[in-house]
Amino acid sequence: MIVFSTTSAERADQIFVLIKHWLMGYVPAAAQPLASAVLSVTPILLVFPAIFAVTTLLERKGLGRIQNRYGPNRVGPWGLLQPMADGLKSLTKEDIVPTSADHWVHLCAPLLLVIASFLAYAVLPIGRNMVVANLSAGVLFFFAIGALVEVAIFMAGWSSRSKYSLLGAMRAIAQMVSYETPLVLAGLVAVMATGSLSTVSIVEAQAQYSGILPHWFVFTPWGFAGFILFMIAATAESNRSPFDLPEGESEIIAGYYIEYSGFKFALFFLGEYLGMFATSGMAITLFLGGWSAPFSFLTWVPSYLWFFIKLLGITCVFIWVRGTLPRLRMDQLMHFAWRFMLPMTLLNIVAAAAWKFFPAGIIRWVACALFLAVAFVLLTRGLKRRGEIQARQYRFAE
Amino acid sequence: MSLRNPVHCVVGLTVGFLGLAALYLQLGAQFVGLTQVLVYIGAVAILIIFAIMMTRSSESAEQQTFSRSWVAGVVIAVAVFAVLGWAIHFGAQTLPTQTATPDLPVQQIGDALLHRFVLPLEIIALLLTAALIGAGVLALQDPAGEKRGQQ
Amino acid sequence: MTPLSSYLLLSAFLFCIGLAGALSRRSTILVLIGIEIMLNAANLNFIAFWRYGPNPTALTGVMFTIFSIAVAAAEAAVGLSIILAVYRRTRTTDLENTEASER
Repeated sequence: MIVFSTTSAERADQIFVLIKHWLMGYVPAAAQPLASAVLSVTPILLVFPAIFAVTTLLERKGLGRIQNRYGPNRVGPWGLLQPMADGLKSLTKEDIVPTSADHWVHLCAPLLLVIASFLAYAVLPIGRNMVVANLSAGVLFFFAIGALVEVAIFMAGWSSRSKYSLLGAMRAIAQMVSYETPLVLAGLVAVMATGSLSTVSIVEAQAQYSGILPHWFVFTPWGFAGFILFMIAATAESNRSPFDLPEGESEIIAGYYIEYSGFKFALFFLGEYLGMFATSGMAITLFLGGWSAPFSFLTWVPSYLWFFIKLLGITCVFIWVRGTLPRLRMDQLMHFAWRFMLPMTLLNIVAAAAWKFFPAGIIRWVACALFLAVAFVLLTRGLKRRGEIQARQYRFAE
Repeated sequence: MSLRNPVHCVVGLTVGFLGLAALYLQLGAQFVGLTQVLVYIGAVAILIIFAIMMTRSSESAEQQTFSRSWVAGVVIAVAVFAVLGWAIHFGAQTLPTQTATPDLPVQQIGDALLHRFVLPLEIIALLLTAALIGAGVLALQDPAGEKRGQQ
Repeated sequence: MTPLSSYLLLSAFLFCIGLAGALSRRSTILVLIGIEIMLNAANLNFIAFWRYGPNPTALTGVMFTIFSIAVAAAEAAVGLSIILAVYRRTRTTDLENTEASER
């Protein structure tokens, strides 16, 4: 089963799989399924919270630099021990629960959020042969788990029995439900191109090379549009800026988790960032080729390293967008979702279907790109004329 | 179903949906189980939550939770369960038993939807469109406009 | 008890819980919740018969369940908008409110 005469690059690529097989050799046969599940899940439980800790620091320093200031730099060299300080703080803070709050639901909401966010990682292929559960309907499972997150947010907002938190919860759920449709439809084009809902087969369909260029879906016109629409919808689904009105600190005083303190607040933070990583991971799987290398001469780099490099890139783009764009108002958010994103994703599906029926060659590139560009221009012009989308007006203090 | 607070009922309903989804997955119907989570929990439970939030008349639950004739309701339900249980018990010998789990890739569902069941698919699409438009029209009526019209 | 009859018993139990709830609660939203539970119990019945039935490759049970889920979602949407419209008129969701029914 384990062949040791492979090249060192393949061994480095499959090192975690080989470690797992070696450890499974020590487990008695009766406990094999349980041990296999535990061994598959433990790296996810260890790695992604570690990435979360690093990302909080990266985000604060990145935002600081965008805003022309240093980020945290007092705890450790260049502020590198800041996540540890944050973790200690959240663990030792007093856990205040309002007296009129619903205690059980108040406790269960962050737990449900974190559990749902961790569940979403089960279908992401992190490396070659490295996926926790190769479901034949993996993409559907991922979107179903997103629905659980919405219920958790409502539970958090309602159980605090405070006007701000309930209002924040209603806004958050309205936003998440509105952007869930464009998210699913934008991700659907990759499923159409592959013909399977399994994430592993979607990545394997993109892992081929013609010449030195990969077959990633983002390099096709419909894939590019789909990727951008998916990322916009993912930003809205994770309540990140510029869609963070439900939790904006200056608007509604942290919205639905206003009454949470200490460890539960840290769990909310963790759940939100884990959701962001999971959606980025799904975008990488659907459009950016998962664990495949960008050029065919770079395949000697282990596959999981490519996944995390792409994840780091997308996280940096998230932080960049957060620091740059101002927040969208609630009605602007909803108009954007229903009047622009939904028609655009539907037209993208039409373009992807047309791509499949054209013969391979330059003509389908030109046809699909033209179709999408014309649709985009017409849609934005039409919406601008009707006043749905307005150009941003800046008013400076005189 | 006997909880006082409607939001507790919805949370219980969500847990029930999750349990049913787990049962579907255990029975080998992956697509249905995941669709159950996506549609029921992600849409129906959220709809019910919105309706509860928008129709809260007062914070305190002064009204009774059970209607005046709740005894009749429970008796009817117990009677129905008795009849169904008797039918299942007495028909248990003649029920078919098959032990092999059918392997069901999602592609077969897609094929069936577009070949054998294409007419129900189109009808369902029409139905959903009609329901969407109807629900939107019903919910968008402006009570302030009615009052202004009356004056 | 064969596995099929245990699933059928569970489905009958869920159906009766939903029926009891729909018949004996005051608030209209809870009646709707009871109806959803009944629909879910019927779906469970379909899937159990599909799995243990004579012809699983025909996919009839799965198809019926998918359509049933879609119909239930549509019905929940319409029912809840009706409840909202009635609430706007009578300011209550109580089914036994005699003031509202006299208007």
